[in-house]
Amino acid sequence: MTINKPELNLLRLPDATLVVRLSGVWKLSRHLPDREEFQHQMKSAGPVSRIVFDTQALTGWDSGLITFLKYIIEAGSELDVPLQKDGLPQGAQEILALASAVPEKQGVRREATQASFLEKAGGAVIALWRSQLGILGFIGEVFFALVRLAAGKAQFRSSDLLLTLQECGAQALPIVSLVNLLVGLILAFIGAIQLRLFGAQIYVASLVGIGMTRALAAIVTGVIMAGRTGAAFAAQLGTMQVNEEIDALRTLGVSPIEFLVLPRMLALAIMMPLLSLYADLMGMLGGMIIGVTMLNLNLMEYYQKTCESVRLNDVCVGVFSAAVFGLLVALAGCLRGMQSGRSAAAVGEATTSAVVTSIVSIVVAMAVITALCDLLNI
Amino acid sequence: MKGEPHIIVEDLTLGYDSTVILHDVTFTVNKGDIFIIMGASGSGKSSILRSMVGLLPPIKGEVLYEGLSLWSATPEEQKSTMQRFGVLYQSSALWSSLTLSENVALPLQLYTDVGEDVIKEVVSLKLGLVGLAGFEDYYPSEISGGMKKRAGLARAMALDPDILFFDEPSAGLDPVSAHLLDELIITLRNSLGATIVVVTHELASILAIGNNSVFLDPVSKTIIAAGNPRKLLEESKDPRVIDFLTRGKGVQER
Repeated sequence: MTINKPELNLLRLPDATLVVRLSGVWKLSRHLPDREEFQHQMKSAGPVSRIVFDTQALTGWDSGLITFLKYIIEAGSELDVPLQKDGLPQGAQEILALASAVPEKQGVRREATQASFLEKAGGAVIALWRSQLGILGFIGEVFFALVRLAAGKAQFRSSDLLLTLQECGAQALPIVSLVNLLVGLILAFIGAIQLRLFGAQIYVASLVGIGMTRALAAIVTGVIMAGRTGAAFAAQLGTMQVNEEIDALRTLGVSPIEFLVLPRMLALAIMMPLLSLYADLMGMLGGMIIGVTMLNLNLMEYYQKTCESVRLNDVCVGVFSAAVFGLLVALAGCLRGMQSGRSAAAVGEATTSAVVTSIVSIVVAMAVITALCDLLNI
Repeated sequence: MKGEPHIIVEDLTLGYDSTVILHDVTFTVNKGDIFIIMGASGSGKSSILRSMVGLLPPIKGEVLYEGLSLWSATPEEQKSTMQRFGVLYQSSALWSSLTLSENVALPLQLYTDVGEDVIKEVVSLKLGLVGLAGFEDYYPSEISGGMKKRAGLARAMALDPDILFFDEPSAGLDPVSAHLLDELIITLRNSLGATIVVVTHELASILAIGNNSVFLDPVSKTIIAAGNPRKLLEESKDPRVIDFLTRGKGVQER
């Protein structure tokens, strides 16, 4: 198909007119002559007084031709050479006219600016400060909503609370069971290898019992709920932001914090301690499976050792931590959802940020609680 | 009384961060008006509406509902003012986790003491008014865009407000649905005596329903014309207004 190959020929007439002869199919998908070739031919042609086009042999064209022509026109105007477009196809002339009909608006083009280190650092500090203010403001609003709830004035639908209770309670049971059972199993397995060296296999029961009830069940369940429910909260509220649903609540005079955030916070704060108690049992069950099958411990023996070593304090600390984690996960999820921008990408960012914030705050809170317990000898 | 000032927008300046979108906007909406806020895309029409319904705090200026201030009021006063109007959003903004009847019922449950059976009757009535009888138990995701608009209208009318705001009501509707919505707006004004504020750039709607208007210009960032849109079409001498109202055809075509 060499006949359709796009070709460029420059011809200089005796009166210094430059004829740009275009032939073949000038489409983007073809291998178009490059601009250097034009420049090269232009240089070798010598000085010209005007440019005309000959497109008799041009059999097809698309944007590939137009961009090339724009380049020639610009090159012509730089050299101050007049240019006649009447040799071009009618359609191409119209497209060229249309492309230059609206001149570029002054001051709208984004300049690529290289911010200095100080500028970047300053910007980051200001952004951090604003985000802290946003978090504090949100916590304040939630606090006032809780006060109104205590006074019986908060506006939300009890059916929303029940639905959220079900979503973050009963429906979370399978994954909470599986993960905590396995965590108990792993803990017992690792403990068993070491403890067997001293013939102290029975202490696997204590290790798993105390470990799960005091910290692990709450942390593991908290992380599960951050990924499962916190992310869902952020995505729900973010999408409601995009769909103007939150605006619709505001113009109805309803506080979105009361109507949307409160039931979610309450639900998670109620359900997390229950889930964590359940997770304690699952973890101990996992430990028991290892104890009985691998360490040849007696079932009753394991049970009794567990009862002996796990104090009520441990359970209380675990349940308290779980309630705190529940509040933190719900707070982070709702905060990021309410702060979400009005686009699909913003909802995605809100969800990611909700999970990150939740997990970081869970770990920090656990550290604080552990330090406090140590201080208070609990 | 019809013809008395209902909403006064006074010296309103709006913006985000340090960018001013509109400055020194002043106009009065009278009772029973179908008042159009028009202008090219990006002229700040929707921002004015957001400020009038309490979503966008102004940089300066005030919105007064029968003399009661919206922006310098206490949160409680603001809340009670906001219950006097209904808003139909551009995206309908139906609460997606609730059925249509629950959407319409929610304002009633929150702000009236009537029983569930009465609420149910009111909800059927409102959905019937917008031609959605029988769709009570559908979720917003299960109905078409035009139906969502009408359901949004039923919700906006739930508390029998004396003011209704419409943000681009015909956006995304086919010509027939858009025309039906226009007729519904006129019927609502005539039968309920409501004051209606419509933000739109839909020429057919503007000329068909509006009896008063302001025209916003994105370059000068303020009102450049005001009055009955049909009169503006006939009498305005401002080329920006004429171009807009004649779809860019100019003076000779009007």
